[in-house]
Amino acid sequence: MNIPKLPPTPARVKAETKDFNFYYGDFHALRNVNLQLGENQVTALIGPSGCGKSTLLRSFNRMHDLYAGNRYEGELILHPDDTNLVDPRVDPIEVRMRLSMVFQKPNPFPKSIYENVIYGQRVRGVTKRSVLDDKVEEALTNAALWDEVKHRLHDMAFALSGGQQQRLCIARALATNPEVLLFDEPTSALDPIATASIEELINELKKKVTILIVTHNMQQAARVSDYTAYMYLGELVEFGVTDEIFIKPRDRRTEDYITGRFG
Amino acid sequence: MHEHLSTQFDVELDTIRAHLTRMGGMVQEQVRNALGVLANGDREIIEAIVEQDKGVNEMEVAIDMACANLVARRQPTAIDLRLVMAIGKTVTDLERIGDEAKKIAGTTRKIVERGDGGSLSQVMEIRHMGEQAAAMLNSVLDAFVRLDYQAAVLVVRSDKEVDQHFQAIIRQLITYMMEDPRTITTALDIVFIAKSVERIGDHCKNIAEDIIYIVKGRDVRHKGLDGLEREITAA
Repeated sequence: MNIPKLPPTPARVKAETKDFNFYYGDFHALRNVNLQLGENQVTALIGPSGCGKSTLLRSFNRMHDLYAGNRYEGELILHPDDTNLVDPRVDPIEVRMRLSMVFQKPNPFPKSIYENVIYGQRVRGVTKRSVLDDKVEEALTNAALWDEVKHRLHDMAFALSGGQQQRLCIARALATNPEVLLFDEPTSALDPIATASIEELINELKKKVTILIVTHNMQQAARVSDYTAYMYLGELVEFGVTDEIFIKPRDRRTEDYITGRFG
Repeated sequence: MHEHLSTQFDVELDTIRAHLTRMGGMVQEQVRNALGVLANGDREIIEAIVEQDKGVNEMEVAIDMACANLVARRQPTAIDLRLVMAIGKTVTDLERIGDEAKKIAGTTRKIVERGDGGSLSQVMEIRHMGEQAAAMLNSVLDAFVRLDYQAAVLVVRSDKEVDQHFQAIIRQLITYMMEDPRTITTALDIVFIAKSVERIGDHCKNIAEDIIYIVKGRDVRHKGLDGLEREITAA
């Protein structure tokens, strides 16, 4: 299948998959996926349940390593150092520092707001108070949460609303200075106001990081992303500029899916 | 085209398309009547055209509202989005075609009341031009129902011929006016009629371009015939 490359724009390619396959034991979940993520761009992965979009997203930070029998084939390259993220010699912990994940449901640790944000720093062995304080302020500011929590940093994270907890998780993800943020349906558990604030945040964050987002909400994909990839049965069916995908997709399967038709 | 998972979505889209087809039929009737008036100056038909215009205007408002509701409730994408956007523009063109038919009837009445009806028959070309514009309207409405972009391309092409007719009529009328200045009042009225017919052709061309947009996803407006062919080939 002929999957077009990113159109020539100032954006460079931050990460890409090359003939990427993934197996859950015997099940061939991703089939020869070739996808490029433009630097400082938002790429949305859409497709029906079971199409492999979350599997692909999770491959980017090696979450599948946690289960025996899972197998990667092909390459998943992070630029500019051309690290193959799925190379067994590459430390998955380091991968997860460079590519942070934000999940569907807010999952703060049962700790204070402050401790949640600097968790990654503590793992890295940072102990100097002033460094940690600065990191907390920076990450919470970038996650658009600082003003709401600056006077109660030592309250438990669970005291926050759902939308605030999700932004806290984004702050926690940002605190390791990642190059790529991976969002797995980040607003599906949130109300429309909290959803709008996360979408607004994504738009701000892309100035600093590259974003890959899995979403079931097609309007969300249309609103927040620069590029959209449609996946079906483990294959990348179509990839292109979001506006084109939502107005005139090239592939009939994409058209049927985004217009809500029987395939 | 497959059906939507939401049958209500299908019902809403089908209803809008059915309304558009009905509105198209009403406008066709107006144009046919206007050409009839041009041929025989029948006053009753003129009244009928004015009456039909109210119905067409109501349809325009109703279809526009139905499109807005569909966008708000369904957030259409791809072919559905293009269809709804194009319908919104097409109803405007249809309504204006109805307005032109009304103008043709009104101006013809003035000429007939002035006792100058005979001069209309001297400008045979205007009847041909009217028939051609009416044929364009029939073809484009048919192409819309079938979403037939090739038929739409033919409509775009035939607009050129209507424009050429218009130029020929203007040349002919200028000759009359220069030969006998007493013909100027009626000749100017005939210019307005010819202009209305020419505008009907333009509106049909717009609708044809909307059909190409729906089917091919390419905006071919203001591209000329060559550009249009290129866009369609590239799509």
